[in-house]
Amino acid sequence: MTTVRIPPTLRPDAEGEREIAAAGSTVREVLDEVGARFPRLRARIFENGNIAAFVNVYVGGEDIRTQDGLDTQVSDGSTVILLPAMAGGTLASLAGGASRLAQPASGAASTR
Amino acid sequence: MSQVEQSLELDAPAARELLEHDENAVLVDVRGEDEWAGGYIPGAVLVPLRELTERIGDVVPDRSRNVVLYCAVGARSLRGARALHELGYERPVSLAGGIVNWLTRGYPSTLERTLEPEQRERYSRHVLIPEVGEAGQLKLLDTSMLLIGAGGLGSPSALYLAAAGVGRLGIVDDDVVDESNLQRQVLHSTARLGEPKAESAKRTLTELNPDVEVATFQERITSENVDRILADGWDVIVDGADNFPTRYLINDASVWHDIPVVHGSIYRFEGQTTVFKPHEGPCYRCLFPQPPPPELAPSCAEGGVLGVLPGVIGSLQANEALKLALGAGDPLIGRLLLFDALSTSFTEVAIRRDPDCPVCGDNPTITEYIDYVEFCAAR
Repeated sequence: MTTVRIPPTLRPDAEGEREIAAAGSTVREVLDEVGARFPRLRARIFENGNIAAFVNVYVGGEDIRTQDGLDTQVSDGSTVILLPAMAGGTLASLAGGASRLAQPASGAASTR
Repeated sequence: MSQVEQSLELDAPAARELLEHDENAVLVDVRGEDEWAGGYIPGAVLVPLRELTERIGDVVPDRSRNVVLYCAVGARSLRGARALHELGYERPVSLAGGIVNWLTRGYPSTLERTLEPEQRERYSRHVLIPEVGEAGQLKLLDTSMLLIGAGGLGSPSALYLAAAGVGRLGIVDDDVVDESNLQRQVLHSTARLGEPKAESAKRTLTELNPDVEVATFQERITSENVDRILADGWDVIVDGADNFPTRYLINDASVWHDIPVVHGSIYRFEGQTTVFKPHEGPCYRCLFPQPPPPELAPSCAEGGVLGVLPGVIGSLQANEALKLALGAGDPLIGRLLLFDALSTSFTEVAIRRDPDCPVCGDNPTITEYIDYVEFCAAR
């Protein structure tokens, strides 16, 4: 079995699981099994049959984009890490300065 | 003071002129070897005072020559000049005020600056480490680091960098201290509620270490002001920003200004840190070509963060920043370190420079600032 690590921002799409065990000899097979159990997670991380650009996938500490992509081999007992960027980001500041003024106490003001 | 005594001393300007005009003049450093090792006046010969009368005959056989002796402040060299006078030297003089006075006039020396006595005490635990030592500590004192954010991550990193004696710290933060910050933002305090974070940070840091000059930028970093802020001679950027537009902006600017960025980010129980060194390793865009969709970019305000987590990640950032400044060890270039506070585990993954990166790649397609808010909201 392979362990798939789910990042905190994707856990709501995986019923809160931190790690999911799945079988398969490639990243594609492993993530297919995970996706079958958690369709919302599948919809989130796949984009036109490929891994969405905002998610990095690591096997054995290497980014699969620098390996064989979804066809990268996984061995029994290995760990697959799903990793989107983490900013400590805030929705308020995504909209720029104006919304910060509208929401000074709970917006960007207290996120760092 | 007798006439002889007076004629045995020469002030620094006169001594300098004598040495410049009389090429037969001999300059003798009568200090100890330890002092000599710290630097000396170019052209000097080391003859410690206790060996002076014994060795001067070999060093200066011709007793009619001008002999200028110096020590640290002029006391030992005056004794030396007297001794030479008694030995029959016609024109021995002591440099009044010694090398200390010479240096304060900005006259030439091989002297690498040394730590002040108080600094030697303050940084003694650094000086003891071979990888730092006095030279490394002086390097830190000459280093400038820019901190993006004086919040959760910026607090521990700024505190440790200031304590370490990084000579100049810049703090960019447009925010004010809020009660909900104090669970983790240890630069600030209850008494500072409502104060600008940049100012609060400056007070805390200069109280901790008056050696540190703190420059504050009480503004949000934007495409309009980033060049002005980065042009201020920073050696390292410590990025503790709170949002994706700023992350991408800092990245692009750092590549164009060629300044390494020590990156840190946190959420709930998990943190990440790495070093982006332009053109040597990957950049933020090589790692994350796209930000997540806004609904997957919750803030710590929305999702929460364990108070100590920024303490761990921010301290790691300080560690990387100090290593970059010292040129010591293996910085996290091309390595992303993941920390999970719940399992207390670290994981490292490799990140590689993308030759097709739109900013740091071989054929960049982004060569000027874009609309980062739009870039991050459009996903």
